[in-house]
Amino acid sequence: MDQFQSFCDQLNRRQFIKRASVGLGVAAIGGSMTPLVATAQPGLHHTAKAKRVIFLFMAGAPSQLDLFDYKPGLEKLHGQSLPPEISRGQRVTTMTRGKKQEICASIFKFAPQGESGLVMSELLPHLSKHADDICMIKSTHTEAINHDPAKTFFCTGSEMPGRASMGSWLSYGLGTLNRDLPDFVVLSSAFWSGKTNVQALYSRLWGTGFLPGKHQGIAFQSVGDPVLFLSNPKGVDRKARNKMLDFVSKVNAEQQLVTGDPEIQTSIAQQEMAFRMQASVPELTDLNQESEETLGMYGPEVHQSGSFARNCLLARRMAERDVRFIQLFHRGWDHHRQLPLHLRGQARDIDQPISGLLTDLKQRGLLKDTLVVFAGEFGRTTFAQNLTPGDRGNYGRDHHPRCFTTWMAGGGIKGGISYGQTDDFCYNVVKNPVHVRDLHATMFHQLGIDHNKLVFPHQGLDQKLTGVEEARVVNDILA
Amino acid sequence: MLKKFIYIYLLSNAISLSFAGKSINFNRDIRPILSNKCFHCHGPDQEDRKEELRLDIAEGKLGALTPRDGYHIVKPGKPEESELWFRITSEYEDEFMPPADSHKAPLTEDEIDRITQWIKEGGEYQDFWAFVPPQRYIPESEDKSYDNTIDQIVNASLRTKGLRLNEEADRRTLIRRLSFDLTGLPPTVSEIREFLDDRGSNAYENLVERLLNSSAYGEHMTRYWADLVRLADTNGMHHDFDRDFSTYRDWLIRSFNENLPFDDFIKYQLAGDVFNDPSLDQLVASGFNRLHMIIDKGTALPEESLHKNVVDRVEAFGTTFLGLTVQCAQCHDHKYDPLTQKDYYQLYAFFNNFSGAPETGGEPERGLQPPFINLTTPKQEKQLADFDGRLQALEFELGAIVRRQGLSDKWPKDFSKVAVPWIWHEASRPSPSVDFRTILELSEKPEYAIARFVGLPKAVGAKRGAFQGNLRQSKDGAATEANDVKNTEETIAHIPKTEVFVNGVSLGNALTLKDGVAAELSDLLISGENLITAKTTEKSGFAFILEYGTGVDTQFFTTSPDWKVSIDEGSSWVAATEVHNPKHESEWTNRVRSKEVLEAQKRIADLKAKRTAFYHTIPGAMIMSEMTPPRQATMFIGGAYDAPDVPVERNTPAFLPPMKKKKEMYTRMDLAEWLVAPNHPLTSRVAVNRFWQQIFGVGLVRTSEDLGAQGEWPSHPELLDELAVTFMETGWDVKKLFRSILLSRTYKQSSDADPKAYKKDPENRQLARASRYRLDAEVIRDQILAVSGQLNNTMYGKSVRPPQPPGLWEMVNMVANRPYVPDSDDNIYRRSLYTFWRRAIPPPQMTIMNAPSREFCLPRRERTNTSLQALLMMNEEEYFKAAKTCAKQTLEETDGLESRLRLTYEKITSHLPAKDRLELMKKTFVEFSEIYQNDAALTRALTPELDGTDFSKRVELAAWTMMTHSLLNLELAKVRR
Repeated sequence: MDQFQSFCDQLNRRQFIKRASVGLGVAAIGGSMTPLVATAQPGLHHTAKAKRVIFLFMAGAPSQLDLFDYKPGLEKLHGQSLPPEISRGQRVTTMTRGKKQEICASIFKFAPQGESGLVMSELLPHLSKHADDICMIKSTHTEAINHDPAKTFFCTGSEMPGRASMGSWLSYGLGTLNRDLPDFVVLSSAFWSGKTNVQALYSRLWGTGFLPGKHQGIAFQSVGDPVLFLSNPKGVDRKARNKMLDFVSKVNAEQQLVTGDPEIQTSIAQQEMAFRMQASVPELTDLNQESEETLGMYGPEVHQSGSFARNCLLARRMAERDVRFIQLFHRGWDHHRQLPLHLRGQARDIDQPISGLLTDLKQRGLLKDTLVVFAGEFGRTTFAQNLTPGDRGNYGRDHHPRCFTTWMAGGGIKGGISYGQTDDFCYNVVKNPVHVRDLHATMFHQLGIDHNKLVFPHQGLDQKLTGVEEARVVNDILA
Repeated sequence: MLKKFIYIYLLSNAISLSFAGKSINFNRDIRPILSNKCFHCHGPDQEDRKEELRLDIAEGKLGALTPRDGYHIVKPGKPEESELWFRITSEYEDEFMPPADSHKAPLTEDEIDRITQWIKEGGEYQDFWAFVPPQRYIPESEDKSYDNTIDQIVNASLRTKGLRLNEEADRRTLIRRLSFDLTGLPPTVSEIREFLDDRGSNAYENLVERLLNSSAYGEHMTRYWADLVRLADTNGMHHDFDRDFSTYRDWLIRSFNENLPFDDFIKYQLAGDVFNDPSLDQLVASGFNRLHMIIDKGTALPEESLHKNVVDRVEAFGTTFLGLTVQCAQCHDHKYDPLTQKDYYQLYAFFNNFSGAPETGGEPERGLQPPFINLTTPKQEKQLADFDGRLQALEFELGAIVRRQGLSDKWPKDFSKVAVPWIWHEASRPSPSVDFRTILELSEKPEYAIARFVGLPKAVGAKRGAFQGNLRQSKDGAATEANDVKNTEETIAHIPKTEVFVNGVSLGNALTLKDGVAAELSDLLISGENLITAKTTEKSGFAFILEYGTGVDTQFFTTSPDWKVSIDEGSSWVAATEVHNPKHESEWTNRVRSKEVLEAQKRIADLKAKRTAFYHTIPGAMIMSEMTPPRQATMFIGGAYDAPDVPVERNTPAFLPPMKKKKEMYTRMDLAEWLVAPNHPLTSRVAVNRFWQQIFGVGLVRTSEDLGAQGEWPSHPELLDELAVTFMETGWDVKKLFRSILLSRTYKQSSDADPKAYKKDPENRQLARASRYRLDAEVIRDQILAVSGQLNNTMYGKSVRPPQPPGLWEMVNMVANRPYVPDSDDNIYRRSLYTFWRRAIPPPQMTIMNAPSREFCLPRRERTNTSLQALLMMNEEEYFKAAKTCAKQTLEETDGLESRLRLTYEKITSHLPAKDRLELMKKTFVEFSEIYQNDAALTRALTPELDGTDFSKRVELAAWTMMTHSLLNLELAKVRR
């Protein structure tokens, strides 16, 4: 059989295969190991709607039942046991395992807000004014039932430590927009109102995992230098530092000629960058240029270093300077007992600052290409925990991963809509479930990234933020 | 017809290409492509397998070479008749492989060429190289130019590329390189000079020997192992409590220094506890199985925690010893290696039988979670026995006092824990007396009962004085004790009379009537309601405590606001007011006991505290231990802890050599023996590869964490095999292995090369020069401490806490009160190996320089070059302080600008500056001097310790500090070359 005939035979055998047009461009970028550096550009895989993200992470898990997901029907059922056909014997934490699941309606009032009529709790009077900017996702869900794995999952796409965090992925995938500042900054509140059961943070939440270390999140400090080791030691000023760098660069450059190692050039460049950061970071954190009016929008705590309000303002300043991923952590949301008391304080901590941030971004034209995301690691149970009998205003709620509310604003997301639905008990998702990995995929999508294509080879796999399970972009919420 | 021609053209064009160079080696050239692009759906995992096809095997029903119905996947010699070839080159999306929905990139032209040529050459499959035992090197032709086999292999490989070994490095570079590679410390100036002066032919060998035998060698080796096995000082989850593995770390250091054969090193760690009558070392080493992250009790479900711990142990076993990503088979068959999910759970079964709890308690004492052992020395044992003897004597003494005073044996067992509120009646008018009353309801008559009471004169808080009525000594129901008054800081001006009645009987009377013990008070109490009243002779505060019980169950009844109070006899009873004054309450608590008893108790408490403090200095070690009967292992569906599947028994993966058959259940010792058996293809290769990586910066297999199908092909397979075989044959002798590498010409090469050579081979895989890489975080810090003369060489012991920037722990703490408190003594200058490693937030001086969090096993660190590293080197307080300390010493050690510059340069770089560099340094030094001369404030800020001294001295120190600091920031200081 000659070659031609053999070829024709193979063609014949495949005649059932539908002929399709040539489409080999599909995964052209996907497997690339080189960091895909991009300056202002239409997007890595498609046109980007957002250039940067401000991620407001409420560590400890705020109660969706008392803030966002209004369930008026629970009032009638208050005090009754959660029907087993609803809970379906699903696992709970050791704290409530084997205990009675007594339904507990929120004591807080809810009302429709804005033109959209998005319903919000009375605890968020300032945020309520932004109802029309916000897309509330009431059907967010995850697997982990404990803080540690749930937070690790939300921040890195895996419950097990060792994966790259969201911001690291963006830094890796999209490259840097501002050469004088880090791509990924973490701002953690130094204090908060809910003085109960405060959950730990871990540096892995902004870690780089298997990605190159330069994509690591830089945690800004609320005491001392905002960036570790930023300030010159006592007795060293700009001119002494300059002289030192002159000498070091000169010797290093000579050394490169001798040894031939191009890596020395990188060292020289990084020392120069360090020198520039010594100027750019203080400029970034210096709030003297902010008007009284602007400061006022963020509420009184903006004047306190380490406050969530201050961090919101810093986030706006970073967004202006094109930091790619700005992640705020606010702790104190783990309200197993005395939820109304602690939630009031927590809501006060964040309400005006977030409202101020959204207003400020909008006024400066930044909201349209800045994606603001609000989320805790999971939700809280519809049934009460640590009830004081007879005291309606004193209850707690346990961890609940099966449904919780997150929201997004700006960055090409539809405002004033509520997406997904939970059952009347706020226990299970009944419509349009959004897994945390779907949220990841959607965030990436807005930034011009196809979550399936931004990969990094590690342990023999093409690793991606959304992991091996299928993740989907929530197209319905895109503007 | 035209279309056909185009196809033919494409076809012949493609096939005419041939893979440049020598013939195809399946393992090197083909398997990585298939593994990366095809195995996901056509590989070992049956779950995701498509089309009944496995491209990882040749034979069998699913094999790639097995003819299919009318066609071939791979037809040897005929790419164009091979479906594989057709699919990877197809122009049609629907038949193109890998398919679009796999999100895998198409094969590159080079990859297609290789596969084409491979099929042309016969499509031969090979067993995966790392799964067949390593073979000794047999040279193709005799190489007389080098004695050392390493050099022969490297040279042969270089020759094929038209390269040869680089020239030998100079002696200063060699001693610096050797010192860093073997000890992690720079050579001292005198060590350098000694080596330069040693003109003997064995100078180099002797140097290697000296360094191999220095105690710093073991410390340095341990640091790499610490990354590999995730050695840290905290749990890593939830509260992140302390978890003390310092004893295990010290065992590692000693093992490396004593050159414990590596097979024993493995056996001790994996199965130390399973030895017959294990030694302390073996037990300590078994702590390897306890290094995983662990959560503390509270939120997670224990069965979930148990599962996670076991999974973590299995991963550590796989990464550390097999160099495979076994954890991938937790949820499904491995995608790339022939490791089934069942294989995984058979390994899991070796590690799930831990006898301890899956979670730690809250804040485990000494950071030790059971089971653990105490490594008490005979002397310490004697000291402990001494403590216990003294405690026993004190307890006896206390008992004697109690008996002498006629108190119950139980008295005052729990008194200190009982808060006794004062009660009061705040009346506006003066009153001659106040009465108190209450009802005590008892369900049964108590076996014993003791009561005490006290009155407080005048307004509460006005006087700290109080007096005490001791029942036995009361004659009139209001007596005081002389010693009690003395004990009062302020004299009691007036003592109100207070008399207490139980069921109408005055306690004083009660006791004088019975001349027995206080317990006889129980005779006054009845089952049911008991009336207790108190009479004071004037307006008075009052506190009362009654201890009663059955001997096993002690209860306390005290004054409280539930008591009723009445002013004047006959007036109405109202609720008493509780006086919230903790000071008075604690005073009562103290006063309620006799002074003698109190003192005896204090002696006991003090001694107990001393014993505890002493006990805490005794090192403990968490160990592995098995449960009997063993816990049945099962598979878990999808790897989920709450989805157990069929039971499995302990065994090793089927694709590796089998374990010796055994009737009873395999033990971890069997597993360890299996690992170090001479026919095991992986253990030795994995170990040798990591040691090589440690020296050369990159392993012979770059992916030292994965020698499986997705790992990389070795740069020098023959060398890896040769070293692996030799390592086993020499009895797993680590120092011998190092010696053979360090004495090779390959090692001694210079790292200087043409920039083009660096560009072509940035990681130095070809070994045509020495490797050049940035020193690790620990080495950088240790070097700074060493050259400044501050390094504290103390070995072993609990982890230490050098200063770090404020607020870091607070940023992540779960509980607020866990600040980082740096040590204040010279522990802050210990080697970085001893630095406390908190998994939630490891020391930034380390992590900024790519040290891992130690949350998971890490066989190789990344090396980046970032601006944060530049900031760390420029501004870290201790680093800068070290520059000043170094400068001060240099100023003392020698005189004259040039001589001082030379010495500083030599200390920091191990080299002497060439003439023009010296000139540059001189010029820079002068410029620094000018800056400080002209800025008094800056100079004062840099040299506060010289307050009051001559300004020129201060300028001198400032300029020298900056000069030293500048040199410490040079590439020459930071880089191993």
